[in-house]
Amino acid sequence: MPAAVEFQNVSRHFGSVRAVDGVDLSIAEGTFFAMLGPSGSGKTTCLRLISGFEQPTGGMIRIFGQDCSDVPPNRRNVNTVFQDYALFPHMNVRDNVAYGLMVKGVDKRTRHDRSEELLALVKLEGYGARKPGELSGGQRQRVALARALINEPRVLLLDEPLGALDLKLREAMQDELKALQQRLGITFVFVTHDQGEALSMADQVAVFSEGRIAQIGTPSEIYEKPRTRFVADFVGSSNVLSAEMAANFGAAARPASLRPESLRIADEGARVRGRVIALRYLGSGTRVVVAVPGGELSVFVNKGMPVPEQGSEVGLNWDPEAMHLMEQG
Amino acid sequence: MVLTADPSRTAPDPKGAILPTRGLGDRLSAVFWRHPNVLLVTLLALPLLWLVVVYLGSLTALLLQSFYSIDEFSGQIRREFTLSTYAELLRPANMDIIIRTVAMSAAVTLGAVVIGFPIAYFAARYAKGHWKALFYLGVMLPLWSSYLVKVYAWKLILAREGIITWATDGIGASAVLNGILALPVIGGTSLSTSYIGTWLVFLYVWLPYMILPMQAALERVPQSMLEASSDLGASRWQTMRTVIFPLAMPGIIAGSIFTFSLTMGDYIIPQIVGSSRRFIGQAVYQLQGTAGNIPLAAAFAVVPIVIMLIYLTIARRKGAFDAL
Repeated sequence: MPAAVEFQNVSRHFGSVRAVDGVDLSIAEGTFFAMLGPSGSGKTTCLRLISGFEQPTGGMIRIFGQDCSDVPPNRRNVNTVFQDYALFPHMNVRDNVAYGLMVKGVDKRTRHDRSEELLALVKLEGYGARKPGELSGGQRQRVALARALINEPRVLLLDEPLGALDLKLREAMQDELKALQQRLGITFVFVTHDQGEALSMADQVAVFSEGRIAQIGTPSEIYEKPRTRFVADFVGSSNVLSAEMAANFGAAARPASLRPESLRIADEGARVRGRVIALRYLGSGTRVVVAVPGGELSVFVNKGMPVPEQGSEVGLNWDPEAMHLMEQG
Repeated sequence: MVLTADPSRTAPDPKGAILPTRGLGDRLSAVFWRHPNVLLVTLLALPLLWLVVVYLGSLTALLLQSFYSIDEFSGQIRREFTLSTYAELLRPANMDIIIRTVAMSAAVTLGAVVIGFPIAYFAARYAKGHWKALFYLGVMLPLWSSYLVKVYAWKLILAREGIITWATDGIGASAVLNGILALPVIGGTSLSTSYIGTWLVFLYVWLPYMILPMQAALERVPQSMLEASSDLGASRWQTMRTVIFPLAMPGIIAGSIFTFSLTMGDYIIPQIVGSSRRFIGQAVYQLQGTAGNIPLAAAFAVVPIVIMLIYLTIARRKGAFDAL
């Protein structure tokens, strides 16, 4: 079975700017795929290449095995939830949701019924007659979702859909989106700069950096086995050790990643000793920054465990397998 | 790390919390800050005075005049309430003037929308930097020269001996021009003496007033909305009809208010270019001047106001302002 979306050496250059530079990826049908990266890393351009708003300057894009280089956005069975929702302000919620059916020439009665179904799916029954301007941010987001789903797309693209929501609502929507994706079984491609969001929702994560994919893998692979320094830095707040430090700690002379939660404060059998230079209370625990020879290490101390005082000297310990060696660069 | 404390700041100076006043400006700002309404009144007093007394006052005076009548024998104005002046408007000769003017205004407005929309769309969606500056310059430049010069220039362009006749002769298309001029009602002996000529000049003179508000409205339509429409399966034409056009509607209505009312009130263009049949503006000009019939002139002047009100009411009912 062909992949839902497949990129073969795809590039998109804007003049001298290489927004997307030789990307290969394959998204299996039915997966929740996250494109993660800082702004300007090319993730949104990749999404726009799938929807057809951008055309590749090089390479080949296939959707369900079909080359879609010459297919305009309106003929791709792919729909988008826009970052700013892009709801039509002059139409009420029902007409917004039914827009995709209206342009296909579906009769009014069917349109009406289908949009009510979709509104029920996103838990907005009874909101059909309202104007988008009368809705809250979270409700607009749901309308945008219902509108994008009405054409029964085979791939749903979501461009930072939760970016404009406050934290509480965002977490609730994350759960709902995930549940919705599992229920509908369609492929979701989700663009975000929030690593927590990507890790918690996605089946597969692609980490973007400067127009290229730095790593593709499951959330746990990305988190536990970052391939490059960039991934280790961007996903979670890892301790990135230089090659010399790694060698000093008895590993091969390659950069290594050491997650703060795999470090322990222990005087017995300490691998390294250092002075506590900063403490940051995080609610579920405390992040302790320790200055060690050659750099700094962050240690996550769980709630309830003793927290050392600032300026005190502590020993640090970790299991040898916690240290993950990465590629150079 | 420990912050080094500045010993001089350990005991805070109680006076340091409030900064000293720096003269009249600060004192005035303080008054305005304490009483926001004072600021509002200060800002609005003069414009309100202008609006109410000069603007609405004179409009009311005009309206009152239209309810007076003129004594046919003495030519004196009878200052008694009557609707007879309005009844006079309904006479066939006067109705002709009104219908002619409204039809011309509608035609000019329609033409301005058709010609102006692509220009406004280009300026709003594609023009950047220098191109945008060039657009504004191109649209505004005609407004900088004298209105009369422009109208007379058009008379020369449209005249039988003018450049258009010369050019159509040159390319062997004089049959087309003659065919157009042979059309009933809108044709004539030459472009400069036909309704087509009047329409062209009106269109030229008022076009900027249509383009600018349309461009402003189109500029407010975010790119993502057009993408959303296309994403959901709409063709270019469907997007134009169901998204762009409705969202530009407030701008189109604003522009049409200009073109419509400016055409209805104008008395110079139809006098210089066109058939000698009169428009409302000319009727008002002659009635209050040579004829001295102020009440009928006032009644004529009320017609455009009423028509604009009807027009806006219909536009609102049709949902033209839904996107506002």
